[in-house]
Amino acid sequence: MENNKIVLLEGVCKRFPAGKTEFTALSNISLSFGKGEFAGLVGPSGSGKTTLLNIIGSLDTPSEGTADVLGKRINLLSHKEAAQLRNYGIGFIFQTYNLLPVYSVYDNVEFALLLQKMSSEARKKAVMEALEWVGLTEKVKSRPSMLSGGECQRVAIARAIVKKPQLVLADEPSANLDSKNSHHIVQTMKRINKELGTTFIFSTHDEKVMQYLDRIIYLKDGMVDKDETVNK
Amino acid sequence: MLTFILAFRNLMGSGKRTWLNVSVLSLAFVVIIFYNGLLEGWNVQARTDTMAWETGNGRLSHPLFDQFDPFTLADSHGKTDEGLLTLLGKDASPVLITQATAYPNGRLFNVLLKGIDTRQTLLSVPVRLMDSLASAGEGGVIPAVIGDRMAKAAKLKAGDMMVVRWRDANGTFDAREVMIAEVFRTNVPSVDVSQVWIPLEYLREMTSMYGEATYITLSKEGVAKLNGAADDKLPASGELYKGWRYEDEDALMHEIDTVIKAKKGSSTVISMLLLCIALLAIFDTQILSIFRRQKEIGTYIALGMTRLKVVGIFTIEGTIHSVLAIALGTLWGMPLLKWIQHTGIPMPSNTDQAGLAIADKIVPVYSAGMLLATVLLVVISSLVVSYIPARKISKMKPTEALKGKLV
Ligand SMILES: Nc1ncnc2c1ncn2[C@@H]1O[C@H](COP(=O)(O)OP(=O)(O)OP(=O)(O)O)[C@@H](O)[C@H]1O
Ligand SMILES: [Mg+2]
Repeated sequence: MENNKIVLLEGVCKRFPAGKTEFTALSNISLSFGKGEFAGLVGPSGSGKTTLLNIIGSLDTPSEGTADVLGKRINLLSHKEAAQLRNYGIGFIFQTYNLLPVYSVYDNVEFALLLQKMSSEARKKAVMEALEWVGLTEKVKSRPSMLSGGECQRVAIARAIVKKPQLVLADEPSANLDSKNSHHIVQTMKRINKELGTTFIFSTHDEKVMQYLDRIIYLKDGMVDKDETVNK
Repeated sequence: MLTFILAFRNLMGSGKRTWLNVSVLSLAFVVIIFYNGLLEGWNVQARTDTMAWETGNGRLSHPLFDQFDPFTLADSHGKTDEGLLTLLGKDASPVLITQATAYPNGRLFNVLLKGIDTRQTLLSVPVRLMDSLASAGEGGVIPAVIGDRMAKAAKLKAGDMMVVRWRDANGTFDAREVMIAEVFRTNVPSVDVSQVWIPLEYLREMTSMYGEATYITLSKEGVAKLNGAADDKLPASGELYKGWRYEDEDALMHEIDTVIKAKKGSSTVISMLLLCIALLAIFDTQILSIFRRQKEIGTYIALGMTRLKVVGIFTIEGTIHSVLAIALGTLWGMPLLKWIQHTGIPMPSNTDQAGLAIADKIVPVYSAGMLLATVLLVVISSLVVSYIPARKISKMKPTEALKGKLV
């Protein structure tokens, strides 16, 4: 494995049982992502974007082929090892934010760190730093229900980056946002990508997001249709 | 620890439903303690009263004596060991029993004539007045005391006379008049219903059973004295001691224990029903919350939590209901239970069942062991009903959970 490639997919297939037969969501995907990439999976609904991100995020395993993420072979990980990989190495951002409603903004961000052994001072510092990145230091005490969609997604970004993961996976992060907020959150992520060197992989069909991407991978019917590097 | 904090936060955040569950469970908690306390109080009271009025803390009975079979009475009497009685003094009280027929107000009653030493202080049966009447009166009228249940049934009051007829040791019928010297009030029906207490010496004379008794009641000190003797210690309960059958406290209280156990059975049904309702509510809440919070579960897993840890959070979240319920139950239940203990629980007078001693008022007894057992019962049972639905999480696929679909 090339050592600057943090994600390496070879011949990945994913099939789901569909009645008596099987449905092939991904077929023969071979892709790699290097450190510090700002890349996006683009394609129509049902093309397999989420499925692919789930495999990279070790939430699912390929039916065929191999997926190596941060030096770990996803196919071979136990539940516990996969949890460990996500805990330290991967941040997730979801379309629906997935914040914990009973927690404050601060608690939501801190949550990602509670699973790591860390002193409370170090934790506090990291949380405040992450909230600074997304410009939400004023709202630490608010509950998610009191925030706008854009603010919620910024909390989710803070939660994803607070543990300084090497890789952040964002599944349609702007799908529920208006254009101003979409620009804002992608710009925020781009800044984090530039300054912290965090690798981002998106799935999107949002033009506003695409214009910021360095690399766009077009998926169609579970296959890579086009893989272009832009902005370079 | 983290699991606890998270579970607690989640539960506190989930509002009304939590408090509803907690309230129901706290009700069950307090009711279980109340019932057990009531029964324990009754048990203590019944034992204390029965010992005070009837059995003492130990008894030496004629080997043929069977308190449940009045037909044995004709043969179950024997000469008491004078040396033993002298040694024991106030710590022993012999009782002689004969079957008799009483004719109060022209009606007929089968009764037990019980002869009791008019100088004894061991049993609570009032003998003082009989003693003074017996020493004053010459032959003619026999002084007697009866309980108020007997008095009511026979329409007798203090000062009334009635004829009693009995068979003496030789089987010949004889009849005399007795005068009711006193009507006493007792919680122990078996020294009251169909019983007429008269001075022991009179009964011995009437039946020609001189120096005899059916049993000898022993006080706690009496039992201790005999057990402390260098030789001839009291044998195991049920064995003979100098020709008399010894029964210890447990043997004498056997009947009470049986009745209390039976009562416990029926009160347990009520308590358990209540507990089940509360547990069902928690179970239901757990299922619902696991169903509704799939996305949250998926998020936990995506954030790097193992499934087992998520199962742990949900299990503890459910179990915290019980901790809160105990806290809440203590808050409102403790003053209430204390107050009940202070005032006692009035018992309807028709609860004289099974001949078991029951007071007008029962003072509940809440023992530490019972409280601890109830706490454990509530915590462990809610742990179980919380765990069973939560276990399903470990079989969830995180990708499906994140979609918020039912697995
Ligand atoms: N658990 C599953 N069981 C069966 N089929 C599935 C499952 N998960 C995904 N699929 C199918 O796989 C295909 C790819 O799904 P995926 O969610 O990856 O698409 P997507 O590109 O993310 O679409 P969208 O833009 O709508 O989010 C879809 O046709 C979907 O129906
Ligand atoms: Mg998708």
